[in-house]
Amino acid sequence: MKLGTITERLARDRYNLDDGPHIEIDQAAARAAGAGPLLERICPAGVYSVGADGAISVQWAGCLECGTCLAVAPPGVLSWRYPGSGAGVAYRQG
Amino acid sequence: MSETPEVDFDVIVIGAGVAGCVSAHELAKAGRSVLLVERGPEPGAKNLSGGVFYCRVMEQVFPSFADAAPVERVITRNCLSFLNRSSFVNLDYADERLAEPVNAVSVLRARLDAWLAEQCEQAGVMLMAGIKVDRLLVEDGRVMGIGAGEDELRCHVVVAADGVNSFISRDAGFRAKDPPNHLAVGVKSVIGLDRGVLEDRFNLEGDQGAAYAVVGDCTKGVGGGGFMYTNRESVSIGVVLRLDDLARSGHSAAGLHDHFVDHRFIAPFLKGGELLEYGAHLVAEGGQAMVRDLVRPGLVVVGEAAGLALNTGLTVRGMDLAAGSALAAAEAVEAALAAGDCSAASLDRYRRNLAASFVGRDMATYRRAPAFLEGRRMFNDYGPLLADVFHGLYDLDLKPRRHLLKTAREALKAAPVGLTDLMADGWKALRAL
Repeated sequence: MKLGTITERLARDRYNLDDGPHIEIDQAAARAAGAGPLLERICPAGVYSVGADGAISVQWAGCLECGTCLAVAPPGVLSWRYPGSGAGVAYRQG
Repeated sequence: MSETPEVDFDVIVIGAGVAGCVSAHELAKAGRSVLLVERGPEPGAKNLSGGVFYCRVMEQVFPSFADAAPVERVITRNCLSFLNRSSFVNLDYADERLAEPVNAVSVLRARLDAWLAEQCEQAGVMLMAGIKVDRLLVEDGRVMGIGAGEDELRCHVVVAADGVNSFISRDAGFRAKDPPNHLAVGVKSVIGLDRGVLEDRFNLEGDQGAAYAVVGDCTKGVGGGGFMYTNRESVSIGVVLRLDDLARSGHSAAGLHDHFVDHRFIAPFLKGGELLEYGAHLVAEGGQAMVRDLVRPGLVVVGEAAGLALNTGLTVRGMDLAAGSALAAAEAVEAALAAGDCSAASLDRYRRNLAASFVGRDMATYRRAPAFLEGRRMFNDYGPLLADVFHGLYDLDLKPRRHLLKTAREALKAAPVGLTDLMADGWKALRAL
């Protein structure tokens, strides 16, 4: 059984692309709190990655909408909502 | 009381999961006009569970539920597995009585929830899928309806069934942020397997199914565990990780999921399979401590949005509690509508219904389970200890044999667990579980 990379396995899921990001990061607050590596680790979909300059990039289109990042992020770092009506992940199995 | 505000519907239910569908169905059956709003493009699209539904409660809603609903398999085999790096000890319980009557079924929510919503529509519920509710309409502290984009719809009572993250109750200030030791993330893969191969590997006949609950090396000691449930032609497999422990551990959620799926004692079950879907879902694990704010004027909160979930170590329950809370809420909402009084005092009947139902009673019975399951020995030490005891029994190394008690005592002496720990944990387990 090959699981493949996270990108490869997300490619098997069905998504309806939203008009814009449903996740926003306050980079300064994230840097001050050192939140980048934590977000990178705990997101099952690998949405967050910390660049060489320390900035966090957000691949929001692959979000599985679990809410783990919001639950562990230090206050003020993250603004995370559900994607708009009908958008985002659409499970076929569940 | 004779308050008759202009309304579009008697009741608006937010979220077409198990709790939302059962609430909507029961209120429509009672003759109320009900709108069921779902943010996914179709019911079930946003919903994901590990997959075992203890479904006896559903017979109260849909007679012969287990036959009529698109369930996967009837769980007749439960396996509790202590998994170590190079050994495992299983407590494997199979019983045909679990099929008659059906006690638990494996489900895939995209199929189940679509069926539930269909039953709702047949009962007269108006279903609106692909609409995200942005806010509650609140006037003088009373919930008057919902807002989605520029549209507003008014009703007598809103049922918030919008899941574990429940932005609806959070935004309205009805629910504080949960502490991370009360939450866990489930990371799950659905792996397609040929039906015959699956039945051979899991020793199953016909539509019978197996459920594995796994502790130990599957999470590398992080609080939580692994699960593996058989569907008709696939296996739902994954890990549940307590967020505080996950954050502390330095491990990644996906990495622990992969570690379990690729484990040398798990991988053979899945050999030749094909990944069908990869998903994640937050689980409320705080037990009774998480349940709060079930009722506000014009609002009731049901299912996971109300924090209703139970992990007893042996069983992980959410969907049955969702259905039970929906029944308790629907009865109270109907009574409030009939009385023309949807105040908090009137809707408080829901809280009393819930406390008297199996949901409230089980949440109370297992109130110590979360603290017990937070104990690190459960995840780190008992698996190896059990394996050492059995190794002592089966490893006939030509040394003279000793009695079981002595073998066990030797294993205990070598383990990081002391006899007093063992006795204390045993006592706690008896009281908590």
